[in-house]
Amino acid sequence: MVRAVSAAETAATTYASAIHAEGLRVRAGRRMAVDGLDLSMDTGVHGLLGPNGAGKTTLVRSIATVLRPAGGTLTVLGEKVNGRIDLRGLRRQIGYLPQEFGFYRRFTVREFIEYISWLKEMPAAETPGAVQRAIERVGLADRADHRMKTLSGGMVRRAGIAQAIVNDPRILLLDEPTAGLDPDQRMQFRALLRQLGTDTCVLVSTHLVEDVAAACTDVVLIDNGRLVFQGVPADLAAAAGEDAGAGDSAAERGYSAILRRHRETASSPETAS
Amino acid sequence: MRSAEHVPAAVLDRYATGGAGIGADALWAIEAHLEGCAPCRERLGEAVARRSPETVSLLARVHANLTTEMARSRQMPARRLPRRVARWVPPGLWPRLAMTLLVVAAALGLDLAGSRVLPSLVLLVAPVAPLLGVAAVWSVGLDPAHELVVASPRAGFYMVLRRSLAVLVVVMPALTAAGWLTGASPARWLLPCLAFTAGALALGELIGLRVAAGALALAWTAGVITPSILAARTPLLLEPASLPYWAGLIAVIAVALVLRRDAYTGLRSDTWFVR
Repeated sequence: MVRAVSAAETAATTYASAIHAEGLRVRAGRRMAVDGLDLSMDTGVHGLLGPNGAGKTTLVRSIATVLRPAGGTLTVLGEKVNGRIDLRGLRRQIGYLPQEFGFYRRFTVREFIEYISWLKEMPAAETPGAVQRAIERVGLADRADHRMKTLSGGMVRRAGIAQAIVNDPRILLLDEPTAGLDPDQRMQFRALLRQLGTDTCVLVSTHLVEDVAAACTDVVLIDNGRLVFQGVPADLAAAAGEDAGAGDSAAERGYSAILRRHRETASSPETAS
Repeated sequence: MRSAEHVPAAVLDRYATGGAGIGADALWAIEAHLEGCAPCRERLGEAVARRSPETVSLLARVHANLTTEMARSRQMPARRLPRRVARWVPPGLWPRLAMTLLVVAAALGLDLAGSRVLPSLVLLVAPVAPLLGVAAVWSVGLDPAHELVVASPRAGFYMVLRRSLAVLVVVMPALTAAGWLTGASPARWLLPCLAFTAGALALGELIGLRVAAGALALAWTAGVITPSILAARTPLLLEPASLPYWAGLIAVIAVALVLRRDAYTGLRSDTWFVR
């Protein structure tokens, strides 16, 4: 099914990159989870990697305009998130799947996504078509009128992806979208990612290095709230070099090698400087 | 439009049989004309029926297939109520509303069963009755999809007001009915009730709605309900003489609410807003 493209969508952008952070600091509770992050992302699929507690979720939440940055600058679609900005206009262009995806159990998939599209202030006339399209894109069409509580974990995840893409966002933030998906569904999901990445800035936070290697055009690796590495997946695989880091694939070895090197330099600053 | 120039019958016949021998430019012109000219479309239909049996049989086949397909496919389910109601009352709010109604019913029961010496419990409870629901209007613990709501364009003061209004719409009639049975007229508790609801929203802009509603309910219980029961008399605050003060208080709170309305729109560094 095709949809009409509005003039606003094809208008030239006046910003260099969809997401731009400089020295970004974001607090999660008492801890500074993102601490001096410099990052720039534009259209494409960006895989956000990092160990637990690296600040992935906090970064995603601040880009989703849920958390206020504690310092530095964060510019999303050309709007500085720190200042007093028109959050409504910005939020209409963002799709967001939180890590802990909460939903209404008694709603059917279609009702829930319609509710979310109402929250996203989509025109009522476009909603049914957009909802159906989102459900079909994640492959849930046969379960569209089943209650959310009857879905398996992987299906809930897919419903979460559907609610994130229902408004055709310019920025799509997916926090751990592949958790609970079986291998076949992960392949479908990667195909969907590639398709979305042609005209959307997609940020996928994940633990699974192979997802990133397979579906992303760009890898962002953070540790302790700082950027450690940004490059194409091939660079990640090449980074392993001669030293045999832990991991079964080239990308995994590259991931662990980069992290280890970063931690060695971070723990001995005099050698680094 | 260019209605004077209709498509000649010979050209239509050729178009109906596949358009062989018509130039691309002429084809464009014919189709543009057909789109805007119903009589020519009708003539085209006749031409197709006359000249192109394969098109006719194709149409018949598609028609037959669609008919069986549509007979087999499931109907769209009828729109269910929760979808619309959730825009006012998110599902997490229902248990709180039920609890509120139970509290009002309990106060009513005690009033009807108890002696006439005590002040009316319904009257004492009425000002803080909506707070139980209001506390759940904007909190992560009671709305599973709160993170999605907070990150959505609709998040903000308007959404909080909308849900609070829904709480009042449920609680007010219950209080009115209970008050009517016990003689606690709405005139005595309506303004205090509105003042507490608005006060919780205003205070919630500073410290979080759940904490604000809890603090106000606790303060009223400790400061007014308990002394009134112990002294066995209706508090001065709920006498008609106090009403102008309540009205003044509502006005002040309303101004404060509007001035700080952006607090609910999000982008908080305070943890109360998101956790």
